[in-house]
Amino acid sequence: MHKEAAIREPLILGSPTYSDISDQVLHSIEHEPTKLWKVLMTIATIAALWGVGCILYLLGVGVGTWGLNNTVGWAWDITNFVWWVGIGHAGTLISAVLLLFRQKWRMAINRPAEAMTIFAVFMAGMFPMIHMGRIWMAYWVLPIPNQFGSLWVNFNSPLLWDVFAISTYLSVSLVFWYIGLIPDFGTIRDRATRPVQKLMYSLLSFGWTGNAKAWQRFEEVSLVLAGLCTPLVFSVHSIVSMDFATSVIPGWHTTIFPPYFVAGAVFSGFAMVQTLMLIVRKAMRLEHLVTIKHIEYMNLVIIVTGSIVGVAYLTELFISAYSGVEYESYAFLNRLSGPYWWSYAIMMTCNVISPHLFWSKKLRTNLAFTFVMSIVVNIGMWFERFVIIVTSVHRDYLPSSWSMFYPTWVDIGVFIGTLGIFSVFYLLFLKYFPVLAFNEVKSILKSSGEQYKNMTDEEFKKLHPVFKKDIK
Amino acid sequence: MSDKTIYAIYDDDYVLLESAKHLVSKGIHIRDVFSPFPIHGIDPVIGLERTRIAITAFIYGMIGLSLALSGMYFFMIYDWPLNIGGKPNFSLLTNIPSFVPVTFEFGVLCAAHGMAITFMLRNWTLPGFKGRNPYPRTTDDRFVMEIHASDSELSADEIKAFIDETCVLEIDEK
Repeated sequence: MHKEAAIREPLILGSPTYSDISDQVLHSIEHEPTKLWKVLMTIATIAALWGVGCILYLLGVGVGTWGLNNTVGWAWDITNFVWWVGIGHAGTLISAVLLLFRQKWRMAINRPAEAMTIFAVFMAGMFPMIHMGRIWMAYWVLPIPNQFGSLWVNFNSPLLWDVFAISTYLSVSLVFWYIGLIPDFGTIRDRATRPVQKLMYSLLSFGWTGNAKAWQRFEEVSLVLAGLCTPLVFSVHSIVSMDFATSVIPGWHTTIFPPYFVAGAVFSGFAMVQTLMLIVRKAMRLEHLVTIKHIEYMNLVIIVTGSIVGVAYLTELFISAYSGVEYESYAFLNRLSGPYWWSYAIMMTCNVISPHLFWSKKLRTNLAFTFVMSIVVNIGMWFERFVIIVTSVHRDYLPSSWSMFYPTWVDIGVFIGTLGIFSVFYLLFLKYFPVLAFNEVKSILKSSGEQYKNMTDEEFKKLHPVFKKDIK
Repeated sequence: MSDKTIYAIYDDDYVLLESAKHLVSKGIHIRDVFSPFPIHGIDPVIGLERTRIAITAFIYGMIGLSLALSGMYFFMIYDWPLNIGGKPNFSLLTNIPSFVPVTFEFGVLCAAHGMAITFMLRNWTLPGFKGRNPYPRTTDDRFVMEIHASDSELSADEIKAFIDETCVLEIDEK
């Protein structure tokens, strides 16, 4: 048997059997939805419909209904895009990077985190599309033969790299997620009693058999996909940052952007996973599978990435002064003390100061505090993108064209709408999909379960005798 | 009748693994094992070779990489060279730095999807297929060995006697 160090805390509390784990995770699928779910679904649907309405209005009227002006040509749309892409980074990081590092605690949270990733990337992908104004021409970003004498897309442009990066990221994450889901759908199929349910999950499980060779291939595919996704995670947000970094706008033109954006993305992604998991584990009574230790591990990641983000902010500030380029220095001075000083202050407080409260073990194992902090971090990270994007452009080289950005109801509506659409997807996932990778969780029961963890070999053999002659 | 299929049903992965070792040492060939999650260490016991699926991923990745590079060579260098910011596209070599991201992304795209499709085809799991596990509970909390009497010298009754020495839950014959 594989043994774990005794000082490691158990990852599965209590003494569930294998079928207990299936029962607990599949409870929501095999039963009617709860009242809480219905209430949340109603709110989410209203927000989503409002968002769809705003998007349709926007497409009908044009991008002019946003609060953009000549000077501030990019604002909430790109802020929301980068924010959602950033949130979409934790899922694949949890499932890929932590798989490579053989972190067993990832098993209880990788499924919901990957679902969050996929839905967040959907939301992110929508913003560049609607930002084009004429969304029906979105296919122009693809290198396809066309009527303009084969005028191809520009492969030197980071905006085009983004097209490839985001679509690769989305589809590869989707494949990774789905391959992990197949065995779990197989379990639901075999447990289902209602015919419609049986048919649906039979289709979704692709006829999964669970024989030894299939499992061997499954593990190999997961490992290789994790290996492929790890550089992918880092490349995607690096490329998003190059949308800014390769331009020559003071405040954007910095070489620190790729690592800084990646750290920020992981930071905000983990915060969003916390927000969702704290609700899910409570509402679905999964506290013994997603334990306080899991929450603490994620808070530790938040401290590390939050510190990287903090160092990046300060480096950026120092370099702007040290560079001696007056435009560069002014861009940062203006962030700090200009009309948008409050957004800079929110960003600094939420992202640089607040994560360090987690150094206290009492605070990082406190669920209510973690929940508040996860929201604080997400607000901070939204403001980070807002600060980078809007404050860098609102005062350009000509003081006569300095201006401010004021969001219109369409700006706000589209943002709220994406929160709504995301929540609708997520609630559907919680109701109809196995919310945890419970078959994978079963495989760590004997090495990390509370009941087994510190058992001696004799006790273990007594509990699981192999030969009938050993039973007395 | 020599071609009998014997299913030995266990309720624990560890017990199955140890029993499998015992049965193999008695000269019994285990055709397959069905389990709700991977049983680590079972592959060498029942004589499964390592899968070659990772090699296919590498091949798909290389195909993607070369497709992306040759595509960009055609679009940007050969068919319609653009002069962007006074930096014209003369040759693939001088332009390769800005082609790195797309080359990488497309390589990963082909590797991941190619491998996923190969995985589905080799496992014969595709949309609309029916599960072929012998008992529905093997995807929940049962661990089953499939043994064919014709695979070994022993008779079905001898095999069953050996299985019965282990803490098996049920022995089924089809």
